[in-house]
Amino acid sequence: MKLKGALLLLFSMLVVILSGCEPLLVLDPKGPQAERQAHDILISIGIMAFIVVVVLVLLVYMLVKYRASKLPEDYEPPHIEGNPILEGILIGVPIIIVAFLSIVTVKSNYIVEDTPEGYEDQEPLVIYASTSNWKWHFSYPEQDIETVNYLYIPTNRPIEFKLYSFGPITSFWIPQLGGQKYAMADMVTTLHLAAETPGEYTGRNANFNGKGFAENTFTVTAMTQTEFDEWVDEVHETAQPLTEDEFNKLLKPGHLGRMTFTGTHLDFSPAPEHEHTADDEMDADHEMHSEHEMNSDHKMHSEHAAHE
Amino acid sequence: MEFFERFAVPNPNPAIYASMVAIVVVSLAIIIGLTYFKKWGYLWREWLTTVDHKKIGMMYLISAILMLFRGGVDALMLRAQLAVPDNKLLDPQHYNEVFSTHGIIMIIFMAMPFIFAFMNLVVPLQIGARDVAFPRLNAISFWLFAAGAMLLNISFVIGGSPDAGWTSYFPLAGTEFSESVGTNYYMIAIQISGIGSLMTGINMITTILKMRAPGMTLMKMPMFTWASFMACVIIIFAFPVLTIALLMGTTDRLFATNFFTTTNGGMDMLWANFFWVWGHPEVYILILPAFGIYSEVISTFSGRNLYGYKSMVGSMVIISLLSFLVWTHHFFTMGQGALTNSIFSISTMAIAVPTGVKIFNWLLTMWKGKIRFTVPMLYSIGFIPLFTVGGVTGVMLAMSAADYQYHNTMFLVAHFHNTIIPGVVFAMLAGLTYYWPKMFGFMLNERIGKWGFWFLSIGFVLAFFPMYITGLNGQARRMYTYSEATGFGPLNFVAFIGAGLMAISFCIIVYNIIYSFKNSPRNVGDDPWDARSLEWATHNPVPEYNFARTPHVASSEAFWDAKKRGHELFKGEIEEIHMPNNSGVPFIMGVIFFIAGFSFVFALWVPAVVGLIGIFACMLLRSFEKDDGRHISVEEIKATESTYGGAHS
Amino acid sequence: MKIDQTQPLEYSTHQNELNIFGFWIFLGAEIMLFATLFTAYFIMENRTGNGPTGPEIFEISPVLFETFILLTSSFTIGLMVHAMRIGHKKAMLAFLGITLALGLAFLSAEINEFIHYYHVGATYQTSGFTAALLTTLGTHGGHVTLGFFWGLCILIQVAKDGINPRTANKSFIFSLYWHFLDVVWIFIFSFIYLKGMM
Repeated sequence: MKLKGALLLLFSMLVVILSGCEPLLVLDPKGPQAERQAHDILISIGIMAFIVVVVLVLLVYMLVKYRASKLPEDYEPPHIEGNPILEGILIGVPIIIVAFLSIVTVKSNYIVEDTPEGYEDQEPLVIYASTSNWKWHFSYPEQDIETVNYLYIPTNRPIEFKLYSFGPITSFWIPQLGGQKYAMADMVTTLHLAAETPGEYTGRNANFNGKGFAENTFTVTAMTQTEFDEWVDEVHETAQPLTEDEFNKLLKPGHLGRMTFTGTHLDFSPAPEHEHTADDEMDADHEMHSEHEMNSDHKMHSEHAAHE
Repeated sequence: MEFFERFAVPNPNPAIYASMVAIVVVSLAIIIGLTYFKKWGYLWREWLTTVDHKKIGMMYLISAILMLFRGGVDALMLRAQLAVPDNKLLDPQHYNEVFSTHGIIMIIFMAMPFIFAFMNLVVPLQIGARDVAFPRLNAISFWLFAAGAMLLNISFVIGGSPDAGWTSYFPLAGTEFSESVGTNYYMIAIQISGIGSLMTGINMITTILKMRAPGMTLMKMPMFTWASFMACVIIIFAFPVLTIALLMGTTDRLFATNFFTTTNGGMDMLWANFFWVWGHPEVYILILPAFGIYSEVISTFSGRNLYGYKSMVGSMVIISLLSFLVWTHHFFTMGQGALTNSIFSISTMAIAVPTGVKIFNWLLTMWKGKIRFTVPMLYSIGFIPLFTVGGVTGVMLAMSAADYQYHNTMFLVAHFHNTIIPGVVFAMLAGLTYYWPKMFGFMLNERIGKWGFWFLSIGFVLAFFPMYITGLNGQARRMYTYSEATGFGPLNFVAFIGAGLMAISFCIIVYNIIYSFKNSPRNVGDDPWDARSLEWATHNPVPEYNFARTPHVASSEAFWDAKKRGHELFKGEIEEIHMPNNSGVPFIMGVIFFIAGFSFVFALWVPAVVGLIGIFACMLLRSFEKDDGRHISVEEIKATESTYGGAHS
Repeated sequence: MKIDQTQPLEYSTHQNELNIFGFWIFLGAEIMLFATLFTAYFIMENRTGNGPTGPEIFEISPVLFETFILLTSSFTIGLMVHAMRIGHKKAMLAFLGITLALGLAFLSAEINEFIHYYHVGATYQTSGFTAALLTTLGTHGGHVTLGFFWGLCILIQVAKDGINPRTANKSFIFSLYWHFLDVVWIFIFSFIYLKGMM
């Protein structure tokens, strides 16, 4: 009887583990950040699977060996308080595992908050990604163009997404290129991604923001730098400029298809960025306005450099 | 007539109209039934005015099961909507209301009363006390919970239910993006219920620290009592944070303050922070009593003492402490930066260590034992591997860089259901079966109970394990539908089947209650399970005064020692027992809180203020009251004891 | 009811002990409540939007007055407990009465302060800063108000029934509450007003 449950559990676990063989989006990375994350995920699946197997084996052993039906009637279970050596191992091994995973994840934390490895000497492509219920606006200040609900990006180029929202908190997520980050109305967050394989990828808002949340998606097409430049030129030749009136209409709640414009809304509707001095670069450790310090009695101090 | 427009449901549909009719019909049926069977007096005397911890525990239990039903129906609706791509069963607004209600009800109005039910029922008995420290306050706790629950439960037919998720993040939950009164209901119903929870925390801590039987030092307390104690300590420190957060959310919505707005200096992230500073300890409030139940059940049905008593206590203390140091892991993606995320990654993973200690201690309790596969034991056995999977996925989520991929996906949904269902719900069902004879004097049917267990376990695995996969494949949480191209369809359909099996298991469990009520023999004796701790040293069902004589204790398994090693539990003569009187004030206060709360939800200031005055009037009444309770005479005690066969007099 | 003659009256029965212990735990929860409010305040301190800042609206005189009044009232309630311990009912009632009167004076000053803030453009709705400030001050003031009425009830009960285990227990617990509010005020005075005016 217990075996049935154990087998079912094992099967389910296998499915989870075997998923690495199937093209699950998160485990099918197309960029360096997603690769690092997939690497972390697979390591953790392996170690965690080991732990689950150990617990399962112990459980099955206990149940099979010590079930009342197979023991003599008069068997009196002994009183056992504890065993320091055994408990030392049972605490020590998890501590070692946690320590190992801590090192892995701390390293990854810094990796995903920074320009991807190998791309440091390149000039990042800056794209402002903002949401208004329930669409995405992508502003390319360098190219002076703006799209709605679709992204074209060059491969092998570091991309700095500047995220913010015109309304509720949303989350910018392209699973195959990397993890997500929140886009909020009163500050700008930065997400560093890069694509290494040309192709079309899905992106979506991952943070619930009301009725139109499920459709708050976008497509991402990665192409070579040349193709990307060609596209930019084509936009400048064919698309209409984005006026403030037009943009205010776009902001109204609803769903839109794909749209393309020349110019960006940043000229008349700048992002809620705090002003920085000229030599203050926006890289991971300098997100001063979002760094929270902790002091011992759970109080939170948030040092907002008040540049209002 | 315009006045009544505000009570209209903003997004009506046939199901809601049907529910309105059902509510009216059922309410009428209850009123008519009570009148016809002349039970109003009984209801008032025995239940509405009781201050007896056992009865209060039963009322919490009934409420929890009713709320499990409602939350479960919500879940079925969600799973049905997601069973196939592009489904039109629920429109997005309706879907949003259903998943928000599902979360709020399951955590605040199902799981919390479930643990309070057992805390109330079992803790005083386990420590050899006659009641809790503050029986009146205990009753108020229950009626405040009931008022909050009633308020939330009628939202979907009067004014509209909350629809911003159980986490109700701002600015989505602000008046600009959540226009209906739903979020007002959220803020106020949880606030009222939360006050009740805080009072229970104070009550239980005082009871456990000050009312233990002679000889029961802290390190000789049964493990469920230790677990309840630690859970209540967490309550004391966590709930006030929620109180303030809800207050700020309420003033933002009702009085246009700028706590969580995105202009005028408001800070929407502050809500997320405060909510989770409470929210994370909250899940440990839920799981610790569950762990306590597993300790009792596993030790009883292995026929062995609990392995590693000291480390069990130590691990719960560490877990309680750490639970306050991890809250940021609920929003790793909110832009704190690598340093902050790293700190919280490590603190979050650290909690796995004491939790692991407990799992191994339970396994080692079975070691060299004599394992009996009763229904409570089955739930505990199912818990161990399933909760371990849930726990290890928690360690995975704790790795914040990876969490950037898991966050807000079905992977996360799978993780927390994987810890709450095998963790909390299985324990509650185990506890229900284990303590049923103590409450009612008969047993639940074992065979039917086992069917319930298997349907629940298999249904659970089918419902939630696929979500780990679809989450990794890009399915976000709270999405009302998905296209066929995403490929989420097949696994979501499997999940729907699983949910169906879980629904069947609930029906089986309810059927078991009805069947057992009708057919189970009533002479189960005082110790039907051959148990080990003090609560089994009195009768089933428990007499009003709990123990005829105060027990004397010399170890952590006082009852077992009395049975097997000749320890004398009860010495001396029976003396008269002092008991508190019933009181209608807690119930009335609950009603007034409900009226005041309802008025605040709809910004009806006059009844709101009148309600507040009413609450203070109740407190005034209590202040001037001179009620010293009553005494149960020695004759009465002896008579009651003899009806049980006097085995322990 | 078993009375332990070796203990002060307020601790002298088992239920009395439980009441006092339970109240200390309640105060623990209250500490968390105010800690949350202070946290919100420190975070919102500079989030003044288009409204005034702390230094622009805080006035030292009323704040000093409020502080002096409240601290004195803590002293007088200490005298109340002392009088209770030596069984002097009249003195106890007198000191309790003075304490409550001082509390009322504190409240009037605070209401005045809020009216002043309203007139200088720091309303509840003005900014994140004003929301946090007024909620923190208001929660404390609300507690003092509740305390005033609670103390009044106790005064009436002591006047009618004299000093016995029940009334002694209530009075002692009330004094704990009142002292707690005073401690919170010291934090408010130091970290909201003084810090804000520097």
